[in-house]
Amino acid sequence: MRRGLLRSVVRTLDERTGAAPFTRKALRYVFPDQWSFLLGEVALYSFVVLVATGIYLTLFFDPSTAKTVYHGSYAPLAGQEVTDAYNSALRISFDVKAGLLIRQTHHWAADVFVAAIVIHLVRIFFTGAYRKPREITYVVGVLMLFLALLEGYLGYSLVDDLLSGMGLAIGYSVALSIPFIGANLALLIWGGPFPGEPEFWSRMYITHVLILPVIIGTLITLHLVLVASRHHTQFAGKPPRSERKVVGLPAFPGYAPRSLALFFSVAAALFLLGGLVQINPIWLWGPYHVGQGTNGAQPDWYLGWLIGALRLVPSFDVVIADRTVVPNPFWGGALFPLIVMAALLAWPWVERRFTGDYAVHNLLERPRERPWRTAIGAAVLTWVILIFIFGAADRIYVLLGVSYQLQLWIFRVLVFVLPLAVLFLTRAICLNLQRLEEHDREEHRAEEEAEAAARTEALAGKT
Amino acid sequence: MRALGRILRAVAFVVLFLARGLGAFLGRLRPRKRERIVPEQESDARAEWAVALLLFGATAAAVMFLLIYILDLGHSTQLLGLSLGVAFALIAAALVIASRRLVPIESNAEEYSEPVKRGEHREGEEQVLQIVSESGNRVTRRKLIGGAGAAAGAALGAALIAPAASLGPALDTASLYETPWRRGRRLVDDRERPYLASDIEAGSFYTAYPEGGDPDEIGSPLIVVRLDPASLHLPAGREDWAPEGILAYSKVCTHAGCAVALYRKPLFPEAEQRPAFVCPCHYSTFDPAAGGDVIFGPAGRNLPQLPLQIDPQGGLRAAGDFSGPVGPSFWGVRTRGPS
Repeated sequence: MRRGLLRSVVRTLDERTGAAPFTRKALRYVFPDQWSFLLGEVALYSFVVLVATGIYLTLFFDPSTAKTVYHGSYAPLAGQEVTDAYNSALRISFDVKAGLLIRQTHHWAADVFVAAIVIHLVRIFFTGAYRKPREITYVVGVLMLFLALLEGYLGYSLVDDLLSGMGLAIGYSVALSIPFIGANLALLIWGGPFPGEPEFWSRMYITHVLILPVIIGTLITLHLVLVASRHHTQFAGKPPRSERKVVGLPAFPGYAPRSLALFFSVAAALFLLGGLVQINPIWLWGPYHVGQGTNGAQPDWYLGWLIGALRLVPSFDVVIADRTVVPNPFWGGALFPLIVMAALLAWPWVERRFTGDYAVHNLLERPRERPWRTAIGAAVLTWVILIFIFGAADRIYVLLGVSYQLQLWIFRVLVFVLPLAVLFLTRAICLNLQRLEEHDREEHRAEEEAEAAARTEALAGKT
Repeated sequence: MRALGRILRAVAFVVLFLARGLGAFLGRLRPRKRERIVPEQESDARAEWAVALLLFGATAAAVMFLLIYILDLGHSTQLLGLSLGVAFALIAAALVIASRRLVPIESNAEEYSEPVKRGEHREGEEQVLQIVSESGNRVTRRKLIGGAGAAAGAALGAALIAPAASLGPALDTASLYETPWRRGRRLVDDRERPYLASDIEAGSFYTAYPEGGDPDEIGSPLIVVRLDPASLHLPAGREDWAPEGILAYSKVCTHAGCAVALYRKPLFPEAEQRPAFVCPCHYSTFDPAAGGDVIFGPAGRNLPQLPLQIDPQGGLRAAGDFSGPVGPSFWGVRTRGPS
C-alpha cells in the first residue's frame, strides 16, 4: 500500500515535470568519501543554522538608535539611557524565553561558519582542487569567504554595545582612509560623520538580514550546482578510480544519511555551544558612546587578522605639503585584506602561468606532489597567522608578560623572516617525502623482482 | 449529535470506497520483477535496535526541551541548549549507525563529464558562436547601433546610480572638520555638571563634553588632565592653552576613531615613562605635555588640543576650537590646525 502511494506520487510528479530521469540520476550521484570533503558541508550546515536562528532574532530585534531607558530584568543597567537596538538585544538575552540560547547559537554559528570556510579553503588549496575545470567554483567560494567576513562584522556591529561601537569606529576609519574617495565613501555609507545618521542602522540591518544572506545563498547554490555538474574531485586510488571515473557512495541511499548525520552533528555542536558556552555577553560591555572605550577589546576571531595588521603597520601616513594623503589604517585595514583576496582569486591562473598546465584535472594532488604550491601556501598562511596572532598581542602581554613594545618588534621581523623560512622548509620537506616514497617504491619493486626470481629458480629446480 | 454521527459515517464510507478503488488501481500497477539497482545486503537487528533506541533518546531530549521551555526552569539557557543539543546529537548518532549498518554500502563508479579540449571546440560551442554571428547579419551600421546602445546604457546606468548620492553628503566633506567647541563653551561631565578647575586633580583623568551639546558627536568628548605647568613643552603659540597646567585633548584617536580611554601616569617618575594617553584599540600613544605628540603606535597625527580658560567662577571653558581636525584621518585632511 505504501509502495503504491509512493508510486502514484512519483508518477503524478513525473507526468507533470518530467523529473524522473533526472531524479534517478541524482539519487545515484556518486560522492567520493573522504573526511576532508566534509568541511564545505560543515560551512553549509552552519549557514542553515545561521538563517534559522537569524530569522528568530529578527522577530525581536529593533535596529534603531533612538534612545530609550532600559527597564529590563538585568539590574546593573536599570535606568540607563540606551538605544533601541541595544535595548532589544538585552531583551532577547534576558526577557525572551530561549532568546539567549538562540542569540548565542547564532553568534557561535557565525564563528564556526567562517572557520569551516577557511579550513575548507586550505584543503582545496593544498590538494589543487581548484584546477581546471573548477576555477569558477573556487572563485565563488573565495568571494563567499569575504562576504561572510562582512556579514559577521555587520552582525555584531548591529547590537550597539561598547565593542560593536568600537568596531564600527575602526570600520569608519578604514573607509575614511581609502585614497581619494575615502571621505566621500564614508559619508555616503554613514550618512554623515561618525557615528552617522539614524539611517545608518537601517542600512546595516537590511544588508545583514537580507542583501548579504541572499547573495551568499545565491552563491552557495551556484557553488553546489558547479560542484555537481563537474562532479567531485577525488584522491588517486585503485581502479576503476581514475581521471575519467569517480568512485564512491551513491547519494541515495548510501550518502544521504551520512550527510544528514553531519547536519545534525553541526546543529548539536552549535546549540550545545550556544547553551553552555557564553559568547559576547553584551550586558557586561554596556552601551556604546563615542567617548568610551575599553582595554583588551577583541573582535570576533575572523577579524583578528585585520586588527593585527592595523596594530603591526608602523606609524606611517603619506603626507604631502601638510595634508595627509594616505592615512595609516588603509595599509592594514583595507590594502592587506584586498591583497590577500586578490592573491587567492588570482592563484589558479598564476599557478597555471608558471606550470603551463592547462589540462583538466579530476584527481587531487597530495601536498608533497607540488612542492612550490605547498611551500607558497604554507608561507602565506604563516604570514596571515602571524599577523592574526599579533592582533591578540595585548592578551599575550597579560598571559605571558612579554611587553607590547617588544612583541611589536619581534612580530615586525617575524612577518618577513618566518614565511620565508617556512617557504624553503616546506619545499624541502615535500621533496624529501617524495624521495622517501620513491625509495620505498624501488625497494618494493626490487623485493618483488627478487621473489619472482626465486620462484622461477625453485620452479626450474623442480623440473 | 445525530448529524455529526451521520457525517462521520458518510466520511468513513467515502474513505473506504476510495481506498478500495485505489487498492485495485495500484494492484494493476504492481511492478514486474526487475533487476536490482541497489544491491541486497544483510540486515542487522542489533543496529536496528540501536538506531531505534537513539531516536527514542532524541525524542526524550526534545520533550525535555519542551518541558524546560514551557515551565521556564531556572538556568534555562543552559538546560535548553543542553536538551536541544543532545536531541540533535542523538539523531546524528542514529544516522551514523544507519549509514553504516542499515543502508546498503556500495562503491559505484561514474564517468566524469567529458572535458572540453583546448583548441578543439565541441559542436555546441561552434553553434553558439554561429548563432551569435549569423544573428547580426541584418545590421550594417554596427558602430552606430553599438555607440548608441553604449550611450543609452551609460546614461541610464548613471541615472539609476545617481540617487545613491542621497545616502549622505558625499561631496561635502566640510562636516568632517566640524566640532561643537567654541570660545566660552563650558566643559561638563556625562551628567551635564560643569567642571571647575579645582575638580581636576593631578594623576587622574576626566572625560568632558560641551555644555548642551550632543556627547555622541565625534568632536565632543575631551580628555582633561592636570600636569605640573613646569613640565609642559607645548608647541609655540599654545603657551596660554593650559591654565594651571590643565590640558584638554580630543578623546577620539586620530588613527582609527576609538576613544583614547587609557591614561598612563608614572608612579615613579625616574623609572617610568612620561604621562601618556593610550588608545586601547591599536595602542597609539600621545604625549599630553607636548601638545598631543604621537610617541608610540600607528597614529599619524597629533591628538588635537583644545585651548582652555578658567572663568571668574573657577569653571573650565573652551578658549577656542581644537588645534587640528578631530577624529581619524582621510585623504587631504590638514595635518595641523584649521587656524
